[in-house]
Amino acid sequence: MGIYLPIAEISVNIFVLLAMGAAVGFLSGMFGVGGGFLITPLLIFYNIPPAIAVATGANQVIASSFSGALSHVKRGTLDFKLGGVLLAGGIVGSTGGIFVFGFLRRLGQLDLFISLLYVVLLGTVGGLMLVESVNALRATRSGAAPVLKKSGQHNWIHRLPLKMRFRASKLFVSVIPVLGLGAGIGFLSSIMGVGGGFIMVPALIYLLKVPTNVVVGTSLFQIIFTSAYTTLVHATTNQTVDVMLAFLLMAGGVAGAQYGAKAGQRLRGEQLRALLALLVLAVAIRLAIDLFVTPPNLYSLSGVDPT
Amino acid sequence: MVGLRAFLAVASLSLFAASSPGKAQTPVAENIQIGLSTDHVSITAGFSGADLTIFGSLENADPLVARQGRYDIIVVLEGPARPVVVRRKDRVLGIWINLESETFENVPVSYSVATTRPLQDVTDPNSYKQLSLGAANIYMQPADDGDSPATIQEFTAALRERKTATGLYSENVGGVQFLSQNLFRATVRLAPNVPVGTHKARAFLFKSGLFIKESSAQLEIRKSGFEQSIFRIAHDYSFLYGVFAVSLAMLTGWLGRLVFRKD
Repeated sequence: MGIYLPIAEISVNIFVLLAMGAAVGFLSGMFGVGGGFLITPLLIFYNIPPAIAVATGANQVIASSFSGALSHVKRGTLDFKLGGVLLAGGIVGSTGGIFVFGFLRRLGQLDLFISLLYVVLLGTVGGLMLVESVNALRATRSGAAPVLKKSGQHNWIHRLPLKMRFRASKLFVSVIPVLGLGAGIGFLSSIMGVGGGFIMVPALIYLLKVPTNVVVGTSLFQIIFTSAYTTLVHATTNQTVDVMLAFLLMAGGVAGAQYGAKAGQRLRGEQLRALLALLVLAVAIRLAIDLFVTPPNLYSLSGVDPT
Repeated sequence: MVGLRAFLAVASLSLFAASSPGKAQTPVAENIQIGLSTDHVSITAGFSGADLTIFGSLENADPLVARQGRYDIIVVLEGPARPVVVRRKDRVLGIWINLESETFENVPVSYSVATTRPLQDVTDPNSYKQLSLGAANIYMQPADDGDSPATIQEFTAALRERKTATGLYSENVGGVQFLSQNLFRATVRLAPNVPVGTHKARAFLFKSGLFIKESSAQLEIRKSGFEQSIFRIAHDYSFLYGVFAVSLAMLTGWLGRLVFRKD
């Protein structure tokens, strides 16, 4: 069944979008990520203009992370204070990202920049996670106890000033890396249409040493607001948010997410991380291929933005 | 309204022609008229392209010429003109990057042609050029005159090729049919991504390869109903639209959890 998207200005198949939403929702519920890093590339593969895919992806992420965060509030695995500080940084980063987005769009390099960012970030994060989780899996198999959080072992991040106590995360850490992490994620959110969970989750675990059970909820909490802000700004400055498209993705997404969350509880932490790493790497490789393969059309047309 | 009246005029004219077979011997110049049954077309949610039928009449046609099939008609539906940037990808360190670009002023967003016979059989290339008729002959003004003619030519060709590939520039050979000696029907293709705005329908009459007369009418293509409202709100009340998009997402997230909760 075809449906006409009012902002993207093309006809698409309604069931393809629902299925896309459901599949990504399942994965996002399972891994505790918003799923934006999957939705945006998928939309681009489905011929949605990248600028609209990014803005609409951010909109869709709100629904899945809101739904996910609610489960974590109920379970008490959400650190509101840590999330709040991350968010403060996120708003600043997101604002900067929107300006860069508009600038690149006028230059005609937006699509390239989006693809490059995806390849580099997904490739790095996916690679690191895969190595770490495979090591952890090996360690458990050989009988050694998994050592995720060594108490007393601190890195340079823990020597920074302006320390703050985060009770729910059992953490006493400087606000500088927290704000910086939030800002970085906000920047990516507005340029890539992602919530940033795929970076946030490993960063909280490995850099800030936040306990794994609090990480997902807190990351989702921050993502709701960063992507809400990103959606608002994209809607007002670029008019690239397609609610019709977003709604179809969300409807499939929230359904999938609840099943995914249940499936995720049956898997162990390092198995979950290894799977997520493989998924992230697969998307990165797919996008990288597109950068190097000779495109079918060397020429592209675009309108001139009235400036 | 104008279109409607023109269509009625066509109908009465053909009736008149049919009821009076004996006519004056003085040769009167042929004339062509086209009429649209409506002055606007609305694109709805399911729009996946359509055929637009344009009726027209040929006045004072010479029956002999008509019988020999030496009258040819070309009908063009031209979309609104907008500036366009054409970009070319080149390989840099193995990666394909948009490098060169050329901006053109006033390029018709869409251009659908319907003809009685293949374009090359109707008249010679020079006449097409003079009339700037046909996708290959639309004049595209580059924004920067300083570029070399070879570059401009290359990008102009690429622009036409992309437009044709996406169905925005199309040619329907045999799309114009004579229903009677005086009445014809043209079928032009509206691409699924046809632009909204004022389109201009033009009909060109040729007699034995010579251009005789041109007639035109206007057609407004709009988005209709729900989709149009969304589009307009997104542009006119973009902040409220953004707030709505965010609220909708949160509501969907919350409802989805209520309906599908698994924990």
